[in-house]
Amino acid sequence: MSEGSAAMHGSEAQHPGPAKYALIAVVLSAITLVEFWAFYVEWLHTTGLFMPMLLVLSAVKFSMVAMFYMHLKFDHKAFTRLLVLGIMLATCIMLALLSLFFISHPPGIAP
Amino acid sequence: MSEATHEQHHTSLGIDSRKLGMWILIASECLLFGSLIVTYLIYRNASVVGPHPRDVLDIPVTTISTFVLLMSSFSIVLALHGIQHNNLRQFRVWILVTAVGGLTFLGFQTYEFTEFVHKGLGLTTNVFGGAFFMLTGTHGTHVAVGVIWLLSLYFSSIRGRLKEDGALKVDTMALYWHFVDVVWIVIFTVVYLFVFV
Repeated sequence: MSEGSAAMHGSEAQHPGPAKYALIAVVLSAITLVEFWAFYVEWLHTTGLFMPMLLVLSAVKFSMVAMFYMHLKFDHKAFTRLLVLGIMLATCIMLALLSLFFISHPPGIAP
Repeated sequence: MSEATHEQHHTSLGIDSRKLGMWILIASECLLFGSLIVTYLIYRNASVVGPHPRDVLDIPVTTISTFVLLMSSFSIVLALHGIQHNNLRQFRVWILVTAVGGLTFLGFQTYEFTEFVHKGLGLTTNVFGGAFFMLTGTHGTHVAVGVIWLLSLYFSSIRGRLKEDGALKVDTMALYWHFVDVVWIVIFTVVYLFVFV
């Protein structure tokens, strides 16, 4: 087999082409620009929309990279399950630590 | 047993064990970065002495470095596409572009850290500094490891050492690089954009 060659087996054949990768890159860049713009918009902060909006936008970026660039949309489901397991465990640790610290120590006071 | 059989390393699920190993690493790294991010959230506004986050964080500069890292994720999928289609020239160009993107990101981080030190924020100045440098420094170390890995793949290709499983090696590396990218997506939002939240 020649150098660097790869058998186009299984999920590889379903991977997106350069055009779709470029489209995803454009969308990711646009979302980053929206996040930057939102940071300087006063009313988003005063109305409390800023935080949920940014969380949704970063979740969309995260999902797009995971699904299309990491090929989770096309690869074996075991990979998706592993990533979801890691994220769920990390979220549990984060929630446990946040509740532990903010229940025992009021925010703004160094423990 | 043939040489090809030795190189496949398939598990009972029909998945290559090296790719599965990378996904297990990524899942465990979620715990590492989750712990570092929550530590930062707990301590970011708990410092008795300054500088505080709003005194030092530079959103425009970090937005540019975020864009660079996002685009390096784009360039590595083009490198992977190249090697999967036996186009070594495309692979080599885009893997180098990705490495340059990683180095540029590290350059931005070095600039940022230097600026912070000039503003009086070091690793031991206050709890914000400790948590911030631990989180972003750990991420930066991952980027540096990724750049070394990218360059090693490039030179392996030049020396003709990327054989039958070359595409799989690049695919595994690309997974690591994308993970570093998605971690930064979270850090950019939580650490930088939520500075006034």
